[in-house]
Amino acid sequence: MNRFLQPIAIIFWKDILLELRSKDIIISAAVFGFLVVIVFNFALNVTPRLVTQLAPGILWVAFAFAGTLAMNRSFVREKEQGGLEGLLLTPVSRDAIFLGKALVSFLFMLIVEAALLPVFAVMLGFSAFSFMLILTIVLATLGFATVGTLFSAIAVQTRSREIMLPVLFFPIILPVIIGAVEASSQAIGGDGGAGIGKWLPLIGVFDALFLVICPWVFSFVVEE
Amino acid sequence: MSSSQASEAILVEGLHKSYGDWPVLWDLNLSVGWGEFVVLFGANGTGKTTLLRVLSTQARPESGTVKVSGFDCVRRAESVRSRVGVVGHSGFLYEDLTCRENLMFYGQLFRIDHIRQRVDDVLSQVGMTQRADHRVKTLSHGMQKRVAIARAILHQPQVLLLDEPEGGLDQESLAMLSSLLSEWTQAGRTVVMTTHNVELGLSWADRVAVLSDGGLQFQDSETCRDSAKLRRRLTPEPSPEADGETAQTAGNSNE
Amino acid sequence: MATVDRVKQPLLSFSNALVVLGAALMLVDVYLIFMVAPTDAVLGNIQRVFYFHVPMAIMSFLAFFVVFIASILYLIKRDQKWDRLAHAAAEVGVVFVTLALITGIIWARPVWGVWWTWEPRLTTTLILWLIYVAYLMIRAYAPNRTQGALYAAVVGIVGFVDVPIVYYSVQWWRSIHPSAVVGPLAESGALEPVMQGILLFSFLAFLVLFLYLVVERMALRGLEDQVRLLKFSLHRTGR
Repeated sequence: MNRFLQPIAIIFWKDILLELRSKDIIISAAVFGFLVVIVFNFALNVTPRLVTQLAPGILWVAFAFAGTLAMNRSFVREKEQGGLEGLLLTPVSRDAIFLGKALVSFLFMLIVEAALLPVFAVMLGFSAFSFMLILTIVLATLGFATVGTLFSAIAVQTRSREIMLPVLFFPIILPVIIGAVEASSQAIGGDGGAGIGKWLPLIGVFDALFLVICPWVFSFVVEE
Repeated sequence: MSSSQASEAILVEGLHKSYGDWPVLWDLNLSVGWGEFVVLFGANGTGKTTLLRVLSTQARPESGTVKVSGFDCVRRAESVRSRVGVVGHSGFLYEDLTCRENLMFYGQLFRIDHIRQRVDDVLSQVGMTQRADHRVKTLSHGMQKRVAIARAILHQPQVLLLDEPEGGLDQESLAMLSSLLSEWTQAGRTVVMTTHNVELGLSWADRVAVLSDGGLQFQDSETCRDSAKLRRRLTPEPSPEADGETAQTAGNSNE
Repeated sequence: MATVDRVKQPLLSFSNALVVLGAALMLVDVYLIFMVAPTDAVLGNIQRVFYFHVPMAIMSFLAFFVVFIASILYLIKRDQKWDRLAHAAAEVGVVFVTLALITGIIWARPVWGVWWTWEPRLTTTLILWLIYVAYLMIRAYAPNRTQGALYAAVVGIVGFVDVPIVYYSVQWWRSIHPSAVVGPLAESGALEPVMQGILLFSFLAFLVLFLYLVVERMALRGLEDQVRLLKFSLHRTGR
């Protein structure tokens, strides 16, 4: 492995090991996401006729909220245990630290989503096993994790860190939420994915753009 | 050290650093040679921690040159980081990992050769071999400090920076640290330490300096050799940080 | 102290010139809008909001573009003046975008029959408002001013890059959920030449107002910074 990829992998494994020990991120995020669905079910009274209209929205609201919770926890853990400062003292480039953390958030969110999706599918009554749906989830989650990691690193330094993350995160991530909801709706509705062609590239462009910008600006976020 | 071409371990010229618009250090000059043990004294809020954070590249100097082992702390930060070891207020350890896992993690990031052997060595050096596979959160404060010291010397840094390391350490641990540090400087490496303990600082140091008023005062003068005078000089004065607006600003990163 | 930099006098005299020019232009503009501009045949007097709404919306986009450029320059050069410019432009931009939203709502009610519609430009403007309110919040909530400036610069860059994507996503989203309330002038093309001229004049007046506010705000930030340094040197000599 080369000098750039190796530290990313090391940071990635460290966070997985920490999560295996404490289990506080994935489980709490999954339970929270589950609660969001339950609450929506009562708030909106999802009848079978409305499922294709409402299910994608509920799904992505749950994923987005569970995701911010998970990413926030991930940086709070680094901050509280002094690990972030320790990481910054190593001769590893800031880009690699960012990508390591973003990759972990990406994986944790995918795990949470993989756990929630079948439950949602059963409760809301749609088919979860669509290639297009899974592709949409992977692409959108990549954008979430990239932008979310950057803003978690900022939010964790501020007063009222729990509020700052969503305040920064949701306006920026809006195109991904719109795209993901629309693409999921096509995938669930079974239009054969005709209208999906527009949305996945949009999310892809978002991902690519922010995968370039976020590692660059991350170095300024951790400076003092 | 032979591996380094730089004539000075640490060279600081005209350093200015403020948090927000509140200056902490201004026009600070410092030069430390190889194998030197320098102890920094100073009342709370005089910028001891800030100076160490600048030397370790954690804080970015606003103006002035800061070179560690010949490398500029801003432009060649990564080269500086691989040559500097830090014992800070926080141990930089993950509580849910064991001592060994923590050291292995940092060792890999520092790209150490024969890493397992090296981790065993430093653990025995700080007397933590017995507890190597215990999670850090199960250790006492003093033991965590020992592991933090092991973490700092893991990559055999040429310059070791210690910020009030005596906190939480018992007599035995202090003796361990003392012998470790004297071995360190005998090998031609450099140590910079801050402390509030005047006796300890005077007995360990080759050279002492007092931080006050944004810079280093009377480095190595008569005052510094006389512990009574030194202590009088260090009695806390009303510091600017007592003022309401700046208390939070300065409180973030100073003592 | 050596680091106290004097607030530049030229900046203040420049701002004096701008305020005179701006006031004159604004008075003429108001006269043109209410006394000269013809009443719109379809929409009536409410159409006059347009001469305020469009320039303010455009000026807020200009402001956020300035924030974007100044943020990049601040991160690269670390010169306080770029941070002052970004900060000033962001504050003025938020004021303008807020006013653009309010005048938009005043316009929408009689013309489209609703207070609010999720039309792409409106929605994008709302998202802009949210992003730059977050920009000002992060400055206020940061642990200190230096870090606040860095965080704000990051938000200023990421937020601006995001704007076109927001616009396209909302536009495509609208094409799927067609709006039932698109009014007669939703995509009106041709304006009368007189109206066009007055609109251009309005742009000029608001551009001068925008410049004046930014320059004045920057000078104020400069004074704030200077006061902080003076307070500090008083502390030093006081003890």
